This record gives sequence, C-alpha cells and structure tokens, in this order.
Amino acid sequence: MALQIETDVLVIGGGLAGCWAAIAAAEAGADVILADKGYCGTSGVTATAGPNHWWVPPDAEKRTQAVRDRNNRALGLADPRWMARIIDTTWRTLPTLADYYQHSITDGGVPHYQSLRGPEYLRALRRYAEVRGVRILDHSPALELLLHADGAVAGARGLRRQEGPPTGRDWTVRAAGVVVATGGCAFLSKLLGSRNNTGDGHLMAAEAGARLSGMEFSTYHTVAERHSTQTRSAPYAFADYFDAEGREIDTGADPDVTLPIARALLAGPVYATLARMPADLRAILPQIQPAILLPFQRQGIDPFTQRFAITLHGEGTVRGTGGLRLTDEDCQTDVPGLYAAGDAATRELIAGAVSGGGAQNSAWALSSGTWAGQAVVRLARVRGRRAREVAEATGGAGLRPAGTPDAADLNGQLAEGVRAEMLPYDKILFRRAPVLTRSLDTLDGLWRVARDHLTPGADATSRVRAREAAALVACARWTTATALLRTESRGLHRREDAAALDPGQAHRLLSGGLDRVWVTPDATAASAQVA
Amino acid sequence: MIELILADRCTDCDTCVQVCPTNVFDARPGGPPVIARQEDCQTCFLCELYCQSDALYVAPNCDEPVAVDAGAIVASGLLGQFRRDSGWHEWAGQSPNLHWRMGELFARGRKPVAAPTP
Ligand SMILES: Cc1cc2nc3c(=O)[nH]c(=O)nc-3n(C[C@H](O)[C@H](O)[C@H](O)COP(=O)(O)OP(=O)(O)OC[C@H]3O[C@@H](n4cnc5c(N)ncnc54)[C@H](O)[C@@H]3O)c2cc1C
Ligand code: SF4
Ligand code: SF4
Repeated sequence: MALQIETDVLVIGGGLAGCWAAIAAAEAGADVILADKGYCGTSGVTATAGPNHWWVPPDAEKRTQAVRDRNNRALGLADPRWMARIIDTTWRTLPTLADYYQHSITDGGVPHYQSLRGPEYLRALRRYAEVRGVRILDHSPALELLLHADGAVAGARGLRRQEGPPTGRDWTVRAAGVVVATGGCAFLSKLLGSRNNTGDGHLMAAEAGARLSGMEFSTYHTVAERHSTQTRSAPYAFADYFDAEGREIDTGADPDVTLPIARALLAGPVYATLARMPADLRAILPQIQPAILLPFQRQGIDPFTQRFAITLHGEGTVRGTGGLRLTDEDCQTDVPGLYAAGDAATRELIAGAVSGGGAQNSAWALSSGTWAGQAVVRLARVRGRRAREVAEATGGAGLRPAGTPDAADLNGQLAEGVRAEMLPYDKILFRRAPVLTRSLDTLDGLWRVARDHLTPGADATSRVRAREAAALVACARWTTATALLRTESRGLHRREDAAALDPGQAHRLLSGGLDRVWVTPDATAASAQVA
Repeated sequence: MIELILADRCTDCDTCVQVCPTNVFDARPGGPPVIARQEDCQTCFLCELYCQSDALYVAPNCDEPVAVDAGAIVASGLLGQFRRDSGWHEWAGQSPNLHWRMGELFARGRKPVAAPTP
C-alpha cells in the first residue's frame, strides 16, 4: 500500500543543504519530512569529502574585505549582498552543531568550526535533525512534483526502493511548501560521492515551471588516481605531473591544473607523484583525510616515492555554479512554494562565473537550506497545508511516455549518450560552436527518445533509473544550449573560438524548457549590483 | 567497487544495506547481505566505515570489477583501516580528527611563484 503523508515542509534531498533546511524548519516548530534517494548521512558529495566553510568573524572590516575579494574574482556575475548574508548565517549557525559533532580544539585552544570531516558531519546532521523531530525517509527518491491549480507546489511523489518489492512502495507527501536540495548534476562522472546527483531536482522543478541560470559554468574538474574516485584536491597541492616519456608537465603557477592536465590527458597517459609532501604531513595524512590513501595502499602504490597514473573527473554543475534560478531572498524558485537550496540552486549569486568550491559552496548550502526551511514554515502558517485540495502530477519523461513504450534498456543507452557529450575534455573544457551544435543535436534526439519511449520499468531500480536518465538528458541540454549562446570566455566557461572576455556579456543566462530548450539573458543585470 | 562480504565475520546486522547511499546490497533472511547491484557502487568506502565487523572490502577501482583474493586481503590487515584511521566505534579517541589541518596541505603544497623579473 502506498505511503501517504501530510506535513508542513517537505525537503527533497538529505545532503548538506537538505539537512540544514530540515533542521531549520523543525527548529521553527514545523512538521518536516526529509526524503533522500540514498541514506541521509552517507549520500551526497559532502558525506564523502570534508568541506571547509566560508568563515569570517563578525568584524565589519574583515567581512567587507572578504566579500570584496571574492566579488572581484566573480567576473561581474555575483551579488555582494548574498555573499554577506551567507557569511553571517554560516557564522551563527554552524556552531549549533556542537552537540553532535566533536569540533577539534586547535592549538590556540579554540574550537575549529569551519572545516569538518564529511562522514562525521553528515552523521551529526542526521542526529540533529532526528532529535529535532524530522521524519527521515531513506532510500526514498522523489520522482515528480505535484501542483495546485493556481500553480503553487502541493507536494511530491516518489518511491521507497527498499520496500514493496519488486516495484518499490510509492509515497505521496502533501506539504505547504517543498525544498529541492537534490545537489548538482555530475553527469555520472566518477566524481566522489556523486552517483545520486543526476539532476532529478532540476528536471522536477523545470516540469513544474522553474527556470535555471548559469548552466554554462559547469566545467570544474578534479584530479584523482587513474581508476579511483578520490577527488580530494588538498594532497595534490604537492603533486608533480609527468607524461608517458617521463617529462614533467608544466602546470604553471595557478593551483588549478585542469587545463594543462586535460591537454596532456588528451595526448596520452599522465602520471603524478606526491614526493614533495614533507614527512610531517605524510605522517598525519590519514588523520586529515582517512580515505585518501586507501586506493594507494590497496594497489601497493607508494604515492610519495612512485609515479602513478591519474585522471581528471568532471563535476558537471557540482562545483560549477549553475542551477535553479532564485527569485527572492528566501531562495524561492519561479514556482510559488518551491524553494531550491545548495548545489541544486544557482550559485552565481555568491560565486559568479567561477567555482564556489573550497569555502563558499558549503556556506551556501548551509545558508540557503536554512533560509528555505524557515520560509516554508512561514508559508505553512499563512497558507496552511492545503492537503485536501486537488493536486496534479507534473512528471513527464521517464514516468509517462508520450508515445509507444520501448522495452529496450533505454536507461543505459540514454545515460551513455549523455556521458559521451558531457564528459570528454575536448567537448567540455575546450568548447567550440560546431561541436556544441552537434552535441545539442544529439542531445535533442536523446530527449525525444526519453519523452516518447522511456518507460519506468517493473522494478524499483529501473523506475529510479528512468527518471535519472531523463534528468541527465535535460540538464545536458540546458548546459550545452547555454554554452553555445555565451560567445565569450568567462570563468569556468571557456570557448576555444571566443577566448576573450566580452564586457558586453556581463549578464547571467537563464535557460529552461523541456520539448524546446531556450536560453535568454537575465533582465536583472548582475553587474549593476556590484558594489 | 564493493567486491567482498566476508561471511565468517558478518554478524548479519544489515547496517550496510541501510547506509549504502546507492542501494547496492540486498538483505537476506538468515544470512549475510548480498551484493545485488555492484554496478551502482560509487566506491565511497562508507559501508566499510559503518561495518563494525570489518566484513566488507571495497576495491579501489571504480571503473570495473576486479578479481580479489579474500585470503590475501584478510592477511594484509587492510580491512578496517578506514574505521581505525577515522577513530570510529571502538577506535574513538585513538586516532585524532586532524581534518582542520587540511588548509595546511593547500598552503604548503603550493609551488613557490617565481619572482617577477624587474
Ligand atoms: C570532493 C569535493 C570536495 C568539496 N569540498 C568543499 C569545500 O572544502 N568547501 C566548500 O565550500 N564546498 C566543497 N564542496 C562542495 C560542497 O560539498 C557542496 O556544495 C555541498 O555538498 C552541496 O550540498 P547539497 O546538499 O546541495 O548537495 P549534496 O551534498 O550532493 O546532496 C544532494 C542529496 O540529494 C539527494 N538526491 C538526489 N536526487 C534525489 C531525488 N530524486 N530524491 C531524493 N533525494 C535525492 C542525494 O541522494 C544527496 O543526498 C566539495 C565538493 C566535492 C565534490
Ligand atoms: S554491516 Fe558488516 S556485519 Fe553488518 S551486515 Fe553488513 S557486512 Fe555484515
Ligand atoms: S563503497 Fe559506497 S556505494 Fe559502494 S557498496 Fe560501499 S557504501 Fe555502497
């Protein structure tokens, strides 16, 4: 029998942003349901990493300076007011986790709040949420949103994949408002912890009428040992890189080695060594990042004395900046009652055209989650749950084929088709109009297949996979179409055929649409907001 | 990807079934879980971190399954290392969390920038 729940707040996604959203809403006294595709505590890209938060003490001068520094790097697309807000919310909120996370006491005797280990952080957030009364539904991916006749969000539907075999058990949650916190879309690259981040929230929100922004800034890459997922960049600060002939690759002075390494990988295998890491740091590396050495030890590689093959994993929008467009300070999307938080939302507001990884993104996930959670509680008080009103399902591709259902394994074919356009370095890092046009053509074809023939399948796994496949295709189309329209190079978006920054394009690009994808400049000029 | 569940160590607690973020395992009545969807494994090692019996082995290769020798792996002492280094469960307090020193890696690893020629 299907699970039916009425609540004040529904949070979709239980990573960093979703947990903070649920905690904030429960703290404000609301009934909260949090549904995650995986397990809230291990799922999402924070659980496998260890984020450092943007951490600036409440000293007016220091904060102004921090905002100014980042804004200068954001290439005209950020908004200093949003930066100041996340600094403040992070500073006030992160220490409230102290009952559940053992913050390190540093040499100065002060608790170190800003940088946390991933598995412990997410375990702490889960406990915090549970103690506050949040009801967590693990292994319960959302598949589609529900809408009221007036266009406001009414709830969502999904399935519990570990119950009711073989199809899984359906769930429906009716709520006053919904927070989409489904993370970025990593296009099934092998980025650490990103398997569940297939852009489902982007698709669901777009079906309900939301628009996106900044999808062209989706080119961030991270080095890892050749066959491993460990995209942790800190130890690689000590890396030296070599080609197959043993010649050192010049990576320049910039700590971001993506472009020279990608060029080298396009030409042949690349090797690295961490020999420059001093002995005192080698000795404590397992206490800093306990997982980083596992792949080496298990293959009998000594990364400090030997050279090992490496790769670059693409991150899609994860440490890019694109995502759902926000319309107000509460992180509401274009759909009334639907909020976006964390990597599912655009991070242009705080990072502009460059990556917010390393400090800003986690501060953003915490802050946007907190604001969105609180906003839905206010909405619930004003409008009520409206749970008895008729609501309409909005899901299309992968749920309800428009044409004849196809029994073939379209999930796998579509996913591979997207990977072939979104992961090769030459297509993503060295963009050119003819290649982008061909990609878009291919992706449009994949969309027609998804829309007309993709069927949910008979078991829980393939039901989830079908929606993921549709979401991957949709995100790939918005990304590619936006990259085609931005005929310049700016931050993460790099065009081989338009290598310079064009001052005339200092605006954000909105995108959206399902059957017909569109891209258009955002009328609210971001550069005008630069202080 | 996940390669092994060591039946003689497993206590059948089903924790791994619950915590695996990509739903790789299936619980089985009266026995250890099975690796039901290995192709969905994201090689995150988190099942090892949560398994208090050190009964799981994740091979570091995320691209394809590899042949593993269970006897050699048990003998190697690698099982449970992630838990030990993380100071989880019975290792609490024995391996300090030095994550806060991550910034030092970035700072000290940065190559010295050549002084600009005057
Ligand atoms: C290796 C790495 C290191 C990083 N280090 C830093 C750092 O030092 N500093 C920093 O600021 N940022 C860092 N970041 C970025 C930071 O981790 C992210 O910004 C942050 O995790 C975003 O949180 P999120 O909750 O939006 O997404 P995630 O943490 O990815 O969570 C998304 C959640 O949504 C769930 N989900 C997906 N689809 C569905 C669905 N259909 N139904 C239900 N649930 C769903 C997933 O299962 C997952 O749990 C790093 C990122 C990576 C990859
Ligand atoms: S967590 Fe470990 S002990 Fe528990 S069922 Fe899984 S393998 Fe067995
Ligand atoms: S390594 Fe991660 S994804 Fe793979 S089985 Fe273990 S917990 Fe699941």
